[in-house]
Amino acid sequence: MSDDKPVNPPEEKPPTEGAAPEGATPSAEAKQPLSEEEKAAKIAAARARAAEKKAAEAAAEPEAPKPPWEEKPVPPDHADAADDADAVALAAELPGSVLAADRFAGEVTLSVPAGRIAEICSFLKNGRGFRFLVDLTAIDWPERAEGRFDLIYWLHRHDDSKRLRLRAALAEETPVASVAGVWKTADWMEREAYDMFGIVFEGHPGLERILTWEGFNGHPLRKDFPVEGIDTGAAIYPDVYPPGGGPPPEGAGDEEGGPA
Amino acid sequence: MTAPEKSLFDVEEMEINFGPQHPATHGVLRVKMKLDGEKIMEARPIIGYLHRGTEKLFETMDFPQCIPHTDRMDYVAAATNNQGFCVAVEKLLGISIPPRAAYLRMILAELQRLASHLVWLATHAVDIGAITPFFYTFRERDAILDLFESYCGARLTLNCMKIGGVPFELPEGWVERCSELVDGFNAHIDEYENLLTENRIWKKRTIGIGVVTPEEAIEWGLTGPPLRGSGVKWDIRKVFPYDRYDEIDFEIPVGANGDTYDRYLVRMEEMRQSVRILRQCLDRLPAGPSMARVPKILRSKAGMVYGAVEAPKGELGYFIVATEKGTAPYRCHVRPPSFVNLQALPLMVEGHLVADLVAVIGTLDIVLGEIDR
Repeated sequence: MSDDKPVNPPEEKPPTEGAAPEGATPSAEAKQPLSEEEKAAKIAAARARAAEKKAAEAAAEPEAPKPPWEEKPVPPDHADAADDADAVALAAELPGSVLAADRFAGEVTLSVPAGRIAEICSFLKNGRGFRFLVDLTAIDWPERAEGRFDLIYWLHRHDDSKRLRLRAALAEETPVASVAGVWKTADWMEREAYDMFGIVFEGHPGLERILTWEGFNGHPLRKDFPVEGIDTGAAIYPDVYPPGGGPPPEGAGDEEGGPA
Repeated sequence: MTAPEKSLFDVEEMEINFGPQHPATHGVLRVKMKLDGEKIMEARPIIGYLHRGTEKLFETMDFPQCIPHTDRMDYVAAATNNQGFCVAVEKLLGISIPPRAAYLRMILAELQRLASHLVWLATHAVDIGAITPFFYTFRERDAILDLFESYCGARLTLNCMKIGGVPFELPEGWVERCSELVDGFNAHIDEYENLLTENRIWKKRTIGIGVVTPEEAIEWGLTGPPLRGSGVKWDIRKVFPYDRYDEIDFEIPVGANGDTYDRYLVRMEEMRQSVRILRQCLDRLPAGPSMARVPKILRSKAGMVYGAVEAPKGELGYFIVATEKGTAPYRCHVRPPSFVNLQALPLMVEGHLVADLVAVIGTLDIVLGEIDR
């Protein structure tokens, strides 16, 4: 890429100038000063070679356009999706419910207020035919101003195979309404989001941990949870393990040297 | 005479645990049940015994490094897991793969679907009491695993796809060996069907068990054969074609009654369709490169994508959130089909007998590796 217009003469020498020994490093070469004419000649030769190469490339290009898999991949772009039919319908039915609409890689993402998620989901299911909740998950952005978590709802409509993503920003410690009453599928998905992120879903039929055990201390997919894990004995052995994890203090545990 | 003691048989409702260490739970699934005699009044699946924090691990790894970890989710269908992750990352980075790579991926994925369905059939039949199909299916499964082994060196955790294509060219004679297997496969499916389809015990144990209506199936988010067994014609390969499935001619089999027997028929027909897809792929396998030109270090643009494939068990989706110029996923969520399908277990077993629970777990075809991640 960058050798289209060489600023310095290339290190390799043309075979006619075989004066320098093979494998000579540029620094060794620099020790033998070249006269101005030699330098100018070399630069001119290099330029000529570069121009030749460029011309050859230019000549080769039009005859065979490269297939897309040989081109450098171009990532998709973000675009505004306010004209999306479902975004328009949702905004018309529930004013103020669409904060932003984004289209990326062919997928529409609507930003919605977390406080109104239940009515928005209900409308999309019953009014717009999104009968299938494909996925529900969360993302943790610890430093973000508008709230730490993003709740993601990924909906599907069978009639025209349309998929729609809802994204609701949520502050830490703020409960959000459960959609388990809207789609039954949401039950376990919300339990997983609760387990992994500590998001509390109000009105959920049985919000318990699902992937970790009931005494687990912490929410593993939060960014501040260490990848190597924590000592999770704290919740069931509070007298042995200090709350919040960490090794047990000196002298704790039974005579045999460990908790029960 | 003293007052009559309460008899052991007067117990109204009994609470028992099924699993987590039980051969018929297909892994470490635990089902807490309330029984009235042998009738299940309430069933509650408890999962998480195999949780390994894979989604957390993804956040610490570059995109290509994640692929071997996807093998360990649905460990009887590693190729479709690889495919799902690659499809999602390619969508995120705008990579298009060469036709030969797409066809090789489809061949591997369909072989994997056959292998996975063979494991399902073997274990499902053993659970219900028919041990013979096990020996038949594992004979063919072994031949498929041999093909995988000669392609990528592994039999189960394949790691056989790369972002931008497939990592290896086919070894010499592979297409012929695969063709031979594919051509003889329908005869093998007939053998299995001879053992089961009209078997009176098999029908007694499966017809009318675990019935799911199409509305319930959609409401509970079922995908894959459990959804199609209820009569909903829906397959990711047709709805959102990935790789080159849009160039392939195949049918989506559906059931009528949504019971265990129909799901069995759907999967048997799916195997025939896989054979049909394999035949077409092998006949049309294009020449050319098997890898796209991708940068050595993959850097993403800020955004989120969801890439899904039709895994043998249903819709397998990878939801990837990327940051600007990130080399690793900021968040990678897996939507495993078994996790969502298992959730409908109480719906399917309540009111049935304990022995039917085993049949329903078998018909859901769950793998705990991808449920617990």
